[in-house]
This record gives sequence, C-alpha cells and structure tokens, in this order.
Amino acid sequence: MSTLVQDPVPVADAPVVPVRTSERLRSWWHLPTALTVLALAALLVFGLGSPAADSTTFRLAAEGDLNPGGIVPGDVAIPARVLAIVLAALCLVIAGVLWWASATVTALGRWRTALVVVFGLLWVIAFLDWAFHGATVDVGAMLQTMMVLAVPLAFGALSGVLSERSGVINIAIEGQLLMGAFGAVLVGSMVGSPWAGLIAAPVMSLLIGVLLALFAVGYRVQQIIVGVVLNVFAIGLTSFFFGTVMKQNPQMFNQPLRLPTLRIPLLADLPVIGRVLFEQNILVYLMWIIVAVLTVALFRTRWGLRVRAVGEHPRAADTVGINVNGTRWGNVLLGSAVAGLGGATLTIGTGVAFGEEMSAGKGYIALAAMILGRYHPVGALAAALLFAFTDALQLRLGTLPTGSGAGIPSQFLLMLPYIVTLFAVAGVVGRVRVPAADGVPYVKQ
Amino acid sequence: MKLELRGITKVFGTFVANDAIDLVVEPGEIHSLLGENGAGKSTLMNVLYGLYRPDGGEILLDDEPVRFSGPGDAMRAGIGMVHQHFMLVPPFTVAENVMLGNEPGTFGFLDLASARRTVRELSARFGFDIDPDAVVEDLPVGAQQRVEIIKALSRQAKVLVLDEPTAVLTPHETDELMGIMRQLRDEGTSIVFITHKLREVKAVADRITVIRRGRIVGTADPSADQTELASLMVGRSVALDLDKAPAAPGEVALEVRGLGVTDADGVVLLDDVDLDVHRGEVLGVAGVQGNGQTELTEALLGLQKGARGSIRLDGAELVGRSTRQILDAGVGFVPEDRTHDALVPDFSVAENLVLDQHHRAPYATGVLLHPEAVRRRATAEVEEFDVRTGSIDDAVSTLSGGNQQKVVMARALGRDLSLFIASQPTRGVDVGSIEFLHRRIVAERDKGTPVIIVSTELDEVIQLSDRIAVMYRGGILGIVPADEDRDVLGLMMAGYTAEAAREAVAAGARTSDTTLADEGDIV
Repeated sequence: MSTLVQDPVPVADAPVVPVRTSERLRSWWHLPTALTVLALAALLVFGLGSPAADSTTFRLAAEGDLNPGGIVPGDVAIPARVLAIVLAALCLVIAGVLWWASATVTALGRWRTALVVVFGLLWVIAFLDWAFHGATVDVGAMLQTMMVLAVPLAFGALSGVLSERSGVINIAIEGQLLMGAFGAVLVGSMVGSPWAGLIAAPVMSLLIGVLLALFAVGYRVQQIIVGVVLNVFAIGLTSFFFGTVMKQNPQMFNQPLRLPTLRIPLLADLPVIGRVLFEQNILVYLMWIIVAVLTVALFRTRWGLRVRAVGEHPRAADTVGINVNGTRWGNVLLGSAVAGLGGATLTIGTGVAFGEEMSAGKGYIALAAMILGRYHPVGALAAALLFAFTDALQLRLGTLPTGSGAGIPSQFLLMLPYIVTLFAVAGVVGRVRVPAADGVPYVKQ
Repeated sequence: MKLELRGITKVFGTFVANDAIDLVVEPGEIHSLLGENGAGKSTLMNVLYGLYRPDGGEILLDDEPVRFSGPGDAMRAGIGMVHQHFMLVPPFTVAENVMLGNEPGTFGFLDLASARRTVRELSARFGFDIDPDAVVEDLPVGAQQRVEIIKALSRQAKVLVLDEPTAVLTPHETDELMGIMRQLRDEGTSIVFITHKLREVKAVADRITVIRRGRIVGTADPSADQTELASLMVGRSVALDLDKAPAAPGEVALEVRGLGVTDADGVVLLDDVDLDVHRGEVLGVAGVQGNGQTELTEALLGLQKGARGSIRLDGAELVGRSTRQILDAGVGFVPEDRTHDALVPDFSVAENLVLDQHHRAPYATGVLLHPEAVRRRATAEVEEFDVRTGSIDDAVSTLSGGNQQKVVMARALGRDLSLFIASQPTRGVDVGSIEFLHRRIVAERDKGTPVIIVSTELDEVIQLSDRIAVMYRGGILGIVPADEDRDVLGLMMAGYTAEAAREAVAAGARTSDTTLADEGDIV
C-alpha cells in the first residue's frame, strides 16, 4: 500500500490519473540496447569500413540556382571515415543519454522522441557517407526522386486514413492504385489528353471503392478478405485489358502521356528544395492540398467529428442520429477516389504507359505508411516520404559507378524499402491508437 | 412532457420481448420501471428511443402520436436517454461528446467555444464539476454518467430515460444521482428510471411499474413493502435475506503478500496487495468496477503476466506456476465475464462443465477423452444445480444468462477445492437463482474451503462475507468486519480509508440507504 494516499478525499469528477510505477519497467533496456547496437554497427561498418583516403561529396547547390553570393555551398567534400566516426560517436552519446534516463527512471517526455529522431538522422547520414564514399551524393536530385516515389504512397495512405478513420479496413489500396493508373492511361489515350486521364483515374478506382463498401459495409463480409480479393480482382481485370486491347492498339489505348510540369518562377530556383517543392506536376500540388484540407476537415469540422465518432464508437454515433453506414460508404468512396489520384501518378504523373501489375505492392506500403503515420494525414505523408526516401536511396546506390561506394549487392538494396517498412511498423505497433471500431461491421438492431 | 406508450409489442424471432405494454409517465414525475434482467425493460426503452421498431402499439407525446425512425427523431422530440453502457466516444473530450450529432458552428466548422460554454452552464446548474476539455476515458464512471446527462439536457430533453444508471456507481455516487434526479423532476423533466434494485426504487420513485417476462404485472406505490415488490417482480415469494450460520474460521489457508501487477506502460494495476483467507470463511472484495479486482483474481489464477510478490496456498507458492498447475492445486474459479472468459458458447453444456478438468481422469486417459464420464458428470451437475436446459448436449449459448452462470458455478464447485474464487457470482441472474447460488457458496464455506467473493454489488458482498476487503485504485484500502456500517463501506469505495470513513460517518455523513434502513424498510 505504498503509493496510495487517501487524504484528502478525491474529487468525484476529477479525471483519473493512473498510478505509474516509480520503478524500472521490465522492458527498460530494450530501446537503449537497440540504439547502442546500431551505433556500434555504424562505428564498425560505416566508420572503419570507409577507406581512409576516400571522401564523400555532398552536392547542395547547383549551377543556375537562385543562390546569391553562394550562401549555400555547392559541393562539400568530407573525408568519409572521419565523418562516419564522428556521426557514430554522436549516436553513441545519444544512446548513452537514453541508458542513463532509462536506468534512473528520468522522464524525458518529448525529448526522448526528439533524441531518437536525431539519432535516426545522424545514422542515415553516416550510412550515406559510407555507401557513397568516393562518389557524390546529389541531395537535390535524391529529394526529387524521393518526392516522385512518395506521391503514390501518400495518396494511398490518405485513402487508408479516410476509410479506416470511419471504421473500414482498407487493404484494397493496392487495387485502387492499379485501377487509377489503368484508368488514367486508358481514358487519357482515348481522348488524347493527360487531363482527361486525371479525371478518369479517381472515377475508375471508385469501382473498387464501391465494391469494398458494398461487401464490407453493406454485407458485413470480413474486411481483410474483401480487400485482398479486390486487389486480385483489380490485377485480373487490368491484366486482361492490358493483354488484349492495349497490346493490339497501344496508340489508341495505352500511350505514355505526361501531365505538364508546373514551374513556380523564382521559388523553383532555390537551392536543394526549389525543384522538389515548386517544379512538379499538378498531382504533387494536389497531394499537399489534400493533406492540408483533410487535416482541417478531420479535426476541425462537423464532418470530421462524426467520421471519427463512427470509427471509434458507432453505436454512440447512431444514438445521436448519425448515419453510421452512410458515413462509412462516403468515406470508402472518397478514399478510393484519392487513391485513384495516386494511381494516376504512376502513369500520367511520370509519363509512362500502363504495365501489368505496375503498382507492385505500393498499396501495401501505403497501408504501412498510414499505420506509421498514426492514422493522421500529416503523419501518413511523413511516413510516405520516409519509405520513398529508402526507395530513392536504393535507386541511386544501384547506379553508382564501379570503384566507388560500398558496393552493396543490388539484391540487398532492393530489399531496403521493405526492411525499413517492416522495422518502422513493428516499432510503432502497440503505440499507435487504432480507431476502436476499425474492421468491425455495424449492425443496427 | 407527458409520455404515453400504448400496447407496445416487440418480437424477436419467436421471443416476445414486449407484450402489449401500456405505460403513462406524467410531466415532472420519476417513474420507475422495475423488473429482472431480461424482463424487457431495456427493449421497451429502446423502442421508445427509436433504436428498435415496435411490431405493434404507438407512442404518444403530450397526447400526440409520434413515430420515430431513429434516435435522431426521438431526440428532436425531446427524449433523452442515458444508456447502461455509456454512449460516449472514449478518446473524445467532454465537449466533443456533448455536441456530437448536434454540433454548433458555421459552414461545417466546429464551434468548440460554444460547446464548452454549454457544458459549463449545465455543469454549474446541477453542481457537477465537469471540465469540458477533459478526455472522457480519463474520467471516473460517475463523472462519465454526468456527461451523458449533460448530453441529454443539452438537447432539451423533456423525458429522460435512465437505464440501470446505478450499476456502476458507488453508494455515494448513487445518492448524488438521486439528488440530480429529484432536481430535474422539480424543474419539470419526466424521468423513467429503469432498475432491478428495490432499495433505489423506494428511495426515489414517485410511481412504480413492475414488468415481468415482457408484460406489465402491476403498479405500486413507493411505500410498498420490499418483499412485496420482489415477489411481484419474480412472480413468486422470495427470501431476500440469506440465513447463514456464523463462520467458524480455521487456520490461514491463503497468504498473499505484496502481490503487484504493472502493465507494459508502467501503469500500476495492482499495488502491493496483502491478504489472508482462513479455512471456512468468506472474504468479500468490494469496490467499484475497475479498481483492480479483475487483476487480483487473475493474478491468483496465474493469468496475469509478470505478477510480483507471493501467493501461498496451504504453504505452497503459486506465483510463477501455470494456470493449469494452480487449477490442479484445487483452486475453483468463476471469472467475472462469463460469456468471454468462462464458457465456449458453441460447446455443449456437458463439454463446458469439464473444461477445466477435461485432461484428467476420469474424463480422459492420455489423449483419449471419455465422453461417457463427461456425460455422467454433466447429468449429475445439471440436476444438482437445476440448470434449465433441453439436453446436456445443447450448446451452452442457447441457455439463459442465469442458467449459463449456474453451469460456470457448477463447474467450479463440482470437485474438492482448496480455494474457491468467484467474481460477480450472480451477475445477470434472476432473484430466485441468486438465492440458490448464495446458498451453494455458503455451503462451500461450511465445508471448510476458503472462499473469495468479488462483487461490485455491495449488498451481495455484505450478505455473503465474513470479512470485507475494499479495493480502490489497485490497492486494498482496508479489511473490515462484515457488520461494518454501510456508509463506511460506501465511503471506502470512494477512496476513504476505514478510519477516515468512520470519522466522516460519525460526523454525520450518511446515505439515503441508511435513512431508509432507519425507517425499517431495509432487509
């Protein structure tokens, strides 16, 4: 009865503050140990693994950038081994701080998260330094690749946020992306304009949305099964048309169209971030707008409050007169339309024709981004950017000239995005609050 | 507003839940709907609230017939309902919950300031102390219930239906709720108060309607005798009192020292519990639900991961042993939630009766099960415990709640025990069966078995126990004799220590329960 204090008497309506243990948790050593192992690995592999003579060049500003007086340096060359050792040492310091905090049960609050994020950044730079030793890391180009790869993931993850916040599990993002990519090219080619494809993509992926809503909401079929079946259905359907009409008459049905790039003058000339943020096609700008609108809509409007109520406690929503299944239908349809835009980025966004199964698992990564992003639009975008970064890294490393770089086998590089996804999702599972009624069909008596 | 129900009938399949029910609630009266679990009270109110479509009959408000196609309609017509299981969204704030479905604001944007103001105004009017920005899941149940009341009142409810509102409250909170009900009545709100607790009906109701098996079986005045109300409710005469001989406790059989449970996030669920239970005594554990009782019983059974401390049963340490080893040591266990933790719904009555013993002789040898032995046991138990079932091969899910509970009790009590632990032994059981189950528990005690009874019903704890331990926020506040003053127990459930509670009672703190008891009505 050590921690119980009963005098003065508790106020009846005051919020309950749970009694927390003042002792170490059973799992107190998990995080510091993991960070220490990672930091030591960075020291041994990245530090001692980089040849002492090589240096790594980080390209920040390029020719023609709006860079008055060269405020942002162009190429920065740093001795690879020195940089890696310094970064690894800093990582070890952070691990040490966490050892101390965990061992003495010192609450760090937000600082703890901040320290882990800084650790991650330092570690990634150390990795880049090692992987690119003797070569150049073009930071602007890398970010550009990341953005191109992130957009479909972000749209997919936003589709998941819309659907799952209202309580419907959306495994069918993969199928929605594929249908969007297919519809954009098909209609765009027939009309002869990528803009027609931009409109067709969300409409086409609505087909998956309607089927998902019909079975998951209307007929209360197990939602994961419906989602997987719809993905297989989308692959079958698009492959059939790809193998028949598209193959026979690509001129008519499968042209590589591209949405024009909209360049914002001056801003696009900023070094490092200019082209990434201000020289993109409309889909990228749409993504930013949708993230912002959705964040406000979910947390500041009547619609958002009702959607979240339906996803958390549908019966409570019903008892105050909210149409639970109507809300779910609406959100699943809206979500699938958003995912359709993500599909469009795969074809008319990047200027390639439709290819069989071209979504290649991006829908599942988008689902992971949604979970890692804690069912929040901004979080989903951040997670999509993280996954896209590892993918961009993999692409860049694959094209390094021989004789430079760490020479990691390409098979391992291809695994990289998925390994990062796996660890990122495993790391947050149990910490993310899933909408309580996610995946549970609502039955009105 | 005057509410009238005429000939309301509701049928589920072949089961008639409401059979031509007539009910009139006058403006400004507290009308109590009294009946056992499953009598059809909640069904009737769900019909009124538009959640169920009636199969016959009509609803009149101020003598005008109305039709509700959903709760939204009912709410607009001025009917508010506080459900037994709160209809609040746990991660939302109080203000968000109150405005949900009825949100102030322009162009679809939420006007949180106005919602906060509504909560503050109503909260001040009734003397609640509710912070509009508190997150609902962090509030104690009593406060959550007040949020529900604020929610109903913010929608201008003229008829307020309270469905079993006291089931989750401490005696003290119950008193406060009754005060609120009287205040609302005096301001002209009609209140329908649904309950099966006679004590509360007598304390607060203006009129009483008794409902049994879907029909109205009579109306009564609050001055009616409790036994009379009980027999009206059950349909035969019942003994509300439990005659039991004084305990003859033997030596200490169960010794719990420093038992603690902490979850993965460091929240203390069970805090250094010390307990002794003697042979041949019943130790009652009282407390409001969620104060560590579940964790205590589960830790005793080896169901809580990472329990610390020591549990010695007849000298043998139980901490660290598997649940099967603990069961084999002779511990009989009745979990608090029978549908989730005690029974496999699709298994037959016979199979459920041997779930904890199925791997042992005489029910099994090696990998082989002996169905004959299982059936013999089942036949005997069904007879002894008077389980009403068509056959021992029927799925246990086809039985009524009370009969399911008898199956669980029969399973736990059907062998020689070294310790018997029952959590909520009579939840959802009709008054007649309660009497029987209580007798069985006392009989087990008289055989010399140490018994632990956990119940959120203070009456039950008082009736059964020889000593009472009160739990609060994961710890044991104190262990008092069974004849301790009811008010003291009530205050302890709200977090007072035994000494502080006794002082407070001596200084004049009391509950309506004792006021009634003084008038000689309470058994």
